[in-house]
Amino acid sequence: MQAILASLISFLPRAIMQGTPLLYGATGEIITEKSGHLNLGIPGIMYVGGISGAAGAFLYEHSVDVMNPALAILIPLSCALVGSLLMGLIYSFLTVTLRANQNVTGLALTTFGIGIGNFFGGTLAKLSGTGETSLSLPQTKILFKTSLPFAADLGWFGSVFLSHGFLVYLAVVIALIAAFVLGRTRVGLQLRAVGENPATADAAGVNVNRYKYVATCIGSMIAGLGGLYYVVDYMGVWANDGFGDRGWLAIALVIFAVWRPHVGILGSYLFGGLYILYTVINIGVAEQELFKMLPYVVTIIVLVVTSIREKRESQPPASLGLAYFREER
Amino acid sequence: MNYAIELKGITKTFGSVVANDNVNLTVARGEILSILGENGSGKTTLMNMIAGIYFPDHGQIFIDGEEVVIRSPKDAFQYKIGMIHQHFKLVDVFTATENIILGLKDQGKYNLKKAAARVKEISEQYGFEIDPTKKIYEMSVSEKQTVEIIKVLYRGADILILDEPTAVLTPQETQKLFAVLRKMRDSGKAIIIITHKLHEVLSLSDRVSVLCKGKYVGTVNTAETNEMALTEMMVGKKVTLNIDRSAPKDPQKRLEVKDVTCLNREGVKMLDDVSFTAYSGEILGIAGIAGSGQRELLESIAGLQKLSEGDIYYHNPKTGEVDDLRNKTPMQIRDLGVRLSFVPEDRLGMGLVGNMDIIDNMMLRSYQRGKTMFLERKKPKNLAEDIIKQLEVVTPSAHTPVRRLSGGNVQKVLVGREIASSPTVLMAAYPVRGLDINSSYTIYNLLNQQKEKGVAVIFVGEDLDVLLELCDRILVIGSGHITGVVDARSATKEEIGLLMTKTTAVKEENENENA
Repeated sequence: MQAILASLISFLPRAIMQGTPLLYGATGEIITEKSGHLNLGIPGIMYVGGISGAAGAFLYEHSVDVMNPALAILIPLSCALVGSLLMGLIYSFLTVTLRANQNVTGLALTTFGIGIGNFFGGTLAKLSGTGETSLSLPQTKILFKTSLPFAADLGWFGSVFLSHGFLVYLAVVIALIAAFVLGRTRVGLQLRAVGENPATADAAGVNVNRYKYVATCIGSMIAGLGGLYYVVDYMGVWANDGFGDRGWLAIALVIFAVWRPHVGILGSYLFGGLYILYTVINIGVAEQELFKMLPYVVTIIVLVVTSIREKRESQPPASLGLAYFREER
Repeated sequence: MNYAIELKGITKTFGSVVANDNVNLTVARGEILSILGENGSGKTTLMNMIAGIYFPDHGQIFIDGEEVVIRSPKDAFQYKIGMIHQHFKLVDVFTATENIILGLKDQGKYNLKKAAARVKEISEQYGFEIDPTKKIYEMSVSEKQTVEIIKVLYRGADILILDEPTAVLTPQETQKLFAVLRKMRDSGKAIIIITHKLHEVLSLSDRVSVLCKGKYVGTVNTAETNEMALTEMMVGKKVTLNIDRSAPKDPQKRLEVKDVTCLNREGVKMLDDVSFTAYSGEILGIAGIAGSGQRELLESIAGLQKLSEGDIYYHNPKTGEVDDLRNKTPMQIRDLGVRLSFVPEDRLGMGLVGNMDIIDNMMLRSYQRGKTMFLERKKPKNLAEDIIKQLEVVTPSAHTPVRRLSGGNVQKVLVGREIASSPTVLMAAYPVRGLDINSSYTIYNLLNQQKEKGVAVIFVGEDLDVLLELCDRILVIGSGHITGVVDARSATKEEIGLLMTKTTAVKEENENENA
């Protein structure tokens, strides 16, 4: 019994750490989808968020001898935000202004983002002159991972809930704010209307394109933070393709959370736990991949259940994926 | 005196199509102006420019004598202009209140309860009945319309534009709406209403403006005009607006529907123990509030709907045999000569493929008949060209995608194709939905011709005046029950309207007497 409890206490924080990038990605994607845009570029945007942050941190680490802790946090943070914002702008310009196909644009952006990440990751690693293929950010990681000083004194509670860096809590706070804005404010009502029925929102005097742009860009920036968290906090190292399929997992999480950011919080930790479940169960390498499928299986089950129940509120925004043009005949 | 709205020389083009050409229009406060015109005459486009959905290429808009520029719906609200669109602009998963306050910014804190109270207040002031917390997808059409109207009133609109508001209402609901509109007029609001129904124009409005092919024809005082004169203005030539209803010749039993019950996906009974007989050489009308089971009924006959109980017998005029359609596939039923032309609200939903041209849409019915692996294109091409010529379909060519045709022309293509196959049973649902008067009569005459050829025609219609003029018998359906069968030659609109709102079944006792 003691042993099981101990392993649970060591498992839960890891599930939370695994879940955090997913939570950022899913919150960002939910905000974007609520404006009617299915941004399949999220995996690429998270890569770009990661590499921008890593590049900022790397350049700062190598340019000064003694790092200023505030700058060491702010530089990677703003780099990640700017990088993912640019990706969001590309996506919005193509799908909102030019009304390009959202799926094609999104997939192209994912390919593009992964390519950018790997290209700059490789180049910077070469610049570091260590001969390694990965980009190591030891000092930045220490800063980002700083947790509350008394966390260690609080036993299991401290190690499960308080032992994380600030990005873990920021993800929860952003998700809660997103849930509040979507459900309880005029801006949220208008954003949801844009995603459900843009013609209606337009006729009601809502600036549809502005909502779409802002939602997509904010969503991208939030998703980009997920990439940043993975690189500077969770790993402390940029390795090419290291982020794996977490971007897709975040999109699956959107469906699991039935487009509700606060449901996404628990969902992300569940997904994170399922994703690393194979590490606590003693199995071979071949079976590991089967276990990594679990989050997707759960998502499919949720899809089946919501489809059977046919509750209108659990459906995706009605004009998700459709371009809007006011004077269309 | 300054008019509430004055339009001068408004022109709007979409690509090469001129939707409005130098249109002038005025409406004063305290008056109801009707706008009349055929399909594609640019009525809705014109109104959309006042409401800020479209922006005119040329021309000026004056409000109370001052020139204004309306670039967006928001600008329109500022000038207190509110438009109730033909296709409701409501978010389905929102409540009535949420829809009503959508887009409003100026009223301080976001407070749904306060807004709901205000909605209630407005609805009581004008005599509406509405539950502010009800979701739109749970509402009936007339409730949705009420939400639309309250939405513009909530914004303090005093210039109201209604685009075909009565198209989906029962006579009773229409009367209620008109009472409200008159009340608004008397309180000094300016009201513009677009409608196809001439008798509504005459009973409701103070003046009528007529558009024809995007051009402004003229304005007349309602008191000084009549149906014939208006139609002439609208079409630009004299037309005869009567349907020559002949007595059914040699009626034979053609289709016998017996105790049919069918359920929808949620397990709710859409048809409950429905029985009737359709005879050859007669037009059987079906009247009812939208969504009372008309669609399910036609689909059951066409084999597209699973029956949970009951049988449908088809009396084959060629062989004299009686077939139970229940055991047949939709394809077999079609080959027997039972044809369905269903025009849903979006017109293209069933029967035609929007992105395909007219010829390819003809082929949807015939492609399986080819003997080689290649498609036979010659016959469909001839058929398409025949239909275009006979029914006066306005299209650049037979190769134009159906999606680009205007609503009336799409319907002509659909009905034309079904008739071309010389059916024995022709089911037409809402074939004149949204059509102007001239095209409507083309369709009515087509149905009449089919009847005279001995086809059993089943006609699901919305306009009770037409049902009474065109049909021989009218079946009234209410919540999936047959609530009555009346003789179209002697029944009145009110009688049918009452039956439409009933929800309990009556058995068809007078069935055989009428036959």
